[in-house]
Amino acid sequence: MADEMRDTVLEYVRNEYVDEDDDETELDYDTPLISGGIVDSFSMVSLKVFLERKYSIQIPDAKATPEAFDSVNKIVALVREYTG
Amino acid sequence: MVYSAMARERFGSEISATREAGLFKDERFIHSAQGAEIEVEFPAGSPTRKVINLCANNYLGLSSHPDVIEAAHEGLDSRGYGMSSVRFICGTQDIHRDLEEKLTAFLGTEDTVLFPSCMDANAGVFEAILGEEDVIIADRLVHASIIDGIRLSRAHQDSYKHSDMKHLEQKLELHQDKRFRLIVTDGVFSMDGDLAKLDEIVELAERHDAMIMLDDSHATGFIGRTGRGVHEHFGVVGRIDIVTTTLGKAMGGASGGCVSGRRELVELCRQRARPYLFSNAMPPVIVAAANTVVDLISRTTERRDKLERNARYWRAGLTEIGLDLRPGESPIVPVMLYNAKLAQDFSRDLFDEGIYAVGFFFPVVPKGQARIRTQLSAAHEKEHLDLGLAAFRKVGEKHGVLGLGKKEIIARFGD
Repeated sequence: MADEMRDTVLEYVRNEYVDEDDDETELDYDTPLISGGIVDSFSMVSLKVFLERKYSIQIPDAKATPEAFDSVNKIVALVREYTG
Repeated sequence: MVYSAMARERFGSEISATREAGLFKDERFIHSAQGAEIEVEFPAGSPTRKVINLCANNYLGLSSHPDVIEAAHEGLDSRGYGMSSVRFICGTQDIHRDLEEKLTAFLGTEDTVLFPSCMDANAGVFEAILGEEDVIIADRLVHASIIDGIRLSRAHQDSYKHSDMKHLEQKLELHQDKRFRLIVTDGVFSMDGDLAKLDEIVELAERHDAMIMLDDSHATGFIGRTGRGVHEHFGVVGRIDIVTTTLGKAMGGASGGCVSGRRELVELCRQRARPYLFSNAMPPVIVAAANTVVDLISRTTERRDKLERNARYWRAGLTEIGLDLRPGESPIVPVMLYNAKLAQDFSRDLFDEGIYAVGFFFPVVPKGQARIRTQLSAAHEKEHLDLGLAAFRKVGEKHGVLGLGKKEIIARFGD
């Protein structure tokens, strides 16, 4: 389940933030997304909406910090707090 | 609280770190009026030297145009120096109203309100018109002032990959539950010089019930057949809801900006936008000169036509030399060098050859995308451009980058 979620989130991040012709950006479960400049803080909102819809959860705004969204592994940990 | 030794040390170390990271910005002192040729003191304390300026936003060459200077003198004589007031108390003269009406006609909108700068227009517009029920969907390469303005508003914020229409459409679909969707884009992107795909954006906005805000600062006065902007270029004048633009670039280059667009949105800016409410009115001398600028460029397209010819000639010349350019059709022509140090060295060597063109690197552009951004002007004559091309050839040869593409340059110099 966790592995599946990790891959889903990774795939979303790749589609959302990496250009199709970009063969240079390396992305894995621990790649720093926000501090690494891959995800801009603006579009964190759509990442949050995606997670909430996909997993039928509500992430409080106070928890949706740049730190909590800074890697696929951290995002998965956050989501699991609400999926139980 | 006193300014303690600890505070001085702390702030001082931040400045040192900026310097050590190679990100410290030095001012170069110019001892002449802005123009194609300027007298520059660089490094500070050196004797001045005359160089060709290839990095001003003086697109139409109006910064020091005799008619504009004369209009500024007349404005100073007849309407005084300062307004000592914000607009809505006692800071609005007849010439402010004239300028707003002329800009409305020129931009093909319904109404216009002036701001002290376009930075202020962008800082104020979003908060004035949108609330928490709305969403702003911005191109990821919009200007820093737009990002600041979006942060100040209560609307939801989202972004799409640069000029990626498929991605924008996904975002429009994602946010159909919001009251209003506002797509935000620059007309010409200042670092790459590319144009927004405004015809496609308009089509998507109409299909998905969204409004459009266009920052045309690097376009007003010269993009489009009669210089109205990127909306004219794509034949969508009247279909853009908000245009923000500046008087600080092509339009005389002093200062001032505006929000222009749908009547109600402009009125809301007059009632609510904080940089309009809490900052002084534009000074009469600038307003008077800007009125003359709009008259000049409404009468003839001579200057924008010359700028277009210059940009084409310059781009073709650099390509022939073998430099790696960002493709485009605007008078912003970036010469790609990818490596920050190479861009700085290249710029310094150009200066030694009498050419003033600065290097741009992180954080102004993404890491590994350092460049020399050249900007053309209608003030340039062919001789200026030929001297510029000769200098680029010489400095390019010195660094061994002629004929090399991105991969080869990065392989040699790193990114």
